[in-house]
Amino acid sequence: MASALINVPAKAKRGEIIEIKTLMSHIMETGYRRTATGDLIPRNIITSFTCRYNGAEIFRADLFPAIAANPFITFFTVATESGKFDFDWIGDSGFTESASAFITVE
Amino acid sequence: MLATAIRNVTGASVVKIGKVRLDIPPLVENGNTVPMTVSVTSPMTPDDYVKSIHVFNEKNPQPNIGNFYLGPRAGRGQISTRIRLADSQKIVAVAQLSDGSFWQTSVDVVVTLAACTDEVI
Repeated sequence: MASALINVPAKAKRGEIIEIKTLMSHIMETGYRRTATGDLIPRNIITSFTCRYNGAEIFRADLFPAIAANPFITFFTVATESGKFDFDWIGDSGFTESASAFITVE
Repeated sequence: MLATAIRNVTGASVVKIGKVRLDIPPLVENGNTVPMTVSVTSPMTPDDYVKSIHVFNEKNPQPNIGNFYLGPRAGRGQISTRIRLADSQKIVAVAQLSDGSFWQTSVDVVVTLAACTDEVI
């Protein structure tokens, strides 16, 4: 159901600053909305996002209900070596999702 | 509420104005998804880098929007995301640098269609 969109440049020069764009499809239900019968809709959000570059954590975020649906997060890193980016999203009701991307550094 | 949330992050440290830049549209038509970029002036070297960026709001049900943890490997002290705004209000971005100092900026945003917190579905 859930799916991730990741944008990492396939190639980069060593030392170059690259932009990483991530989007995870998720409703991000705030927990403040009510149904027509007045029942509170339980909160269901992604609470944590991390990015690892060849195993080392380079970026982490705590998310709150004020993050819009389908959290879109972009950040930067220095391309140091060829390898793999691992992305992990963790949320309410046991939500976990992962994705990865590869980069060649010349 | 806003001041308390900022205190929870900064502790007793003095929060100085400057270094942080918050790019967000001043007039928002749809509060359900508002693009936002925070950039911090920093050389991003192993000795002098941005440790974290925290974004707060004044009038949503919760004062926190997001906490973003960077490091010397980030290369650039900048993050972007999309947020929800329940009302016209002030948005505050706080950055912690590697020397432990805190810097902040705030921007007032006018929202014409709020992210409905009491929406009936």
